[in-house]
Amino acid sequence: MSTASALEVVAAGPMTTVQDTGRFGHADLGVGRSGAADADSYARANRLLANPPGAAALETTMGGLRVRARGPVTVAVTGAPVPLTVGGRGAATDTVLHLPDGTELAMGLPPRGLRSYLAVRGGVDVRPVLGSRSTDVLAGLGPEPPVPGSVLPVGPPPRDFPVVDHVCAAPVSGDRITLRVVLGPRQDWFTGRALETLLSGEYEVTPRSDRVGARLSGPALERSHPGELPSEGMVAGSLQVPPGGEPVLFLADHPVTGGYPVVAVIRSADLPRAAQARPGTRIRFTDRTRR
Amino acid sequence: MRVLTCADTGVLVEVADLAEVVALRAALAAQPPPGVTDVVPAARTVLLRVEPGTDTDRVAAAVAALPVTPGDHGGGGGAVTIPVHYDGADLADVAELTGLTPRGVVAAHTAAHWTVAFCGFAPGFGYMVGDDPRLHVPRRGEARTRVPAGSVALAGEFTGVYPRSSPGGWQLLGRTETRIWDLDRDPPGLLRPGVRVRFTEAP
Repeated sequence: MSTASALEVVAAGPMTTVQDTGRFGHADLGVGRSGAADADSYARANRLLANPPGAAALETTMGGLRVRARGPVTVAVTGAPVPLTVGGRGAATDTVLHLPDGTELAMGLPPRGLRSYLAVRGGVDVRPVLGSRSTDVLAGLGPEPPVPGSVLPVGPPPRDFPVVDHVCAAPVSGDRITLRVVLGPRQDWFTGRALETLLSGEYEVTPRSDRVGARLSGPALERSHPGELPSEGMVAGSLQVPPGGEPVLFLADHPVTGGYPVVAVIRSADLPRAAQARPGTRIRFTDRTRR
Repeated sequence: MRVLTCADTGVLVEVADLAEVVALRAALAAQPPPGVTDVVPAARTVLLRVEPGTDTDRVAAAVAALPVTPGDHGGGGGAVTIPVHYDGADLADVAELTGLTPRGVVAAHTAAHWTVAFCGFAPGFGYMVGDDPRLHVPRRGEARTRVPAGSVALAGEFTGVYPRSSPGGWQLLGRTETRIWDLDRDPPGLLRPGVRVRFTEAP
């Protein structure tokens, strides 16, 4: 009898979801992109395993995920550098790991960063919704978040084989980061001083942060423009400023449209680093193109 | 038309009014500029999300060069008829706000020709604009914590149908049994931008 392999979830940690590259082409229905918040780490995990780029993986927040192999599986863990054990022995992140049937992989608490990715050769093969296996926590779309006891089927292995056992990834940044932004689209809704404040002040990621966005605390940004903005489309990386003046940094599950002005947008290359900023991280924003 | 950028990830096109949004969306659907992954129409803007590395200046130039026909709804949108039980909790308030009788509100809502201008708020929630300005009413002063799925409502210049139960501040006219959002259907949303809509009184 031949049965496909699977991952059995033993513990899900504070927050684990299935993610891939996200949903495209449905924004006009009010459906957001979702997808892995740190797209770079997610893509690296799939590359290590020679998976096709869109293979679904598990995204876990602040570690704590434990899975047991049902049948032999090949996996890799990237992103926030969690202490890792495989079958009770220490193992490395950013490395191809072979788990025999019944072996448990366990993640500890990452010393820095926020989100880790567990990819499996063949991909997590749950049912896609609108062309994606990503869970959009805001819209309530996609697979149910895994809980202890969930059994996640693994897809058939890709034709290619891993060519390296290990990759050197740039370390996930620590408690102070600088993110590159481009002002706008609504910088004209703010005073000149607010723009200076944004580019010179320091903002702290608050615990009221999730896949929708990182709520920041720091100097308030004053508007030059009273009144209401008609709701408009938003992109990931938008710094949206509600009436209180403290910006919200939109991440993967951000609302498709929003009614508060966006003072600046993070450059796409810096979004993965924004997604790794855990509560307490201090962020500076720069409009220079080099960090 | 004013073209703004969202770093290297989007181009936000601001136009004068909703009619221009509808026409621009139709033109973009017919001729999407290269590199654009998603088009998000809204009340006064159309956002184009682009793949990383796309030259946003070229996308902006392509948008400016599009043949936009005022009044074009993107004819391929199709038409749907939605039967409604007009027994909503706010029907009397809407009558008072509009100066019509409750029956007059029903007559106006079923006589109007509606077009979905854009979606938002929740997957499948279509903001429909009509041709009867008497039906423009403000939102409720206080939002309800739970509006049942299928509720048909008015707010501002729009009518809408709640695709699933959610909080909401719109004025409730009634309810429909038509499934507005169904993931087993392709496309799952009945009320897509450009779709023309008529409401009828359910027997």
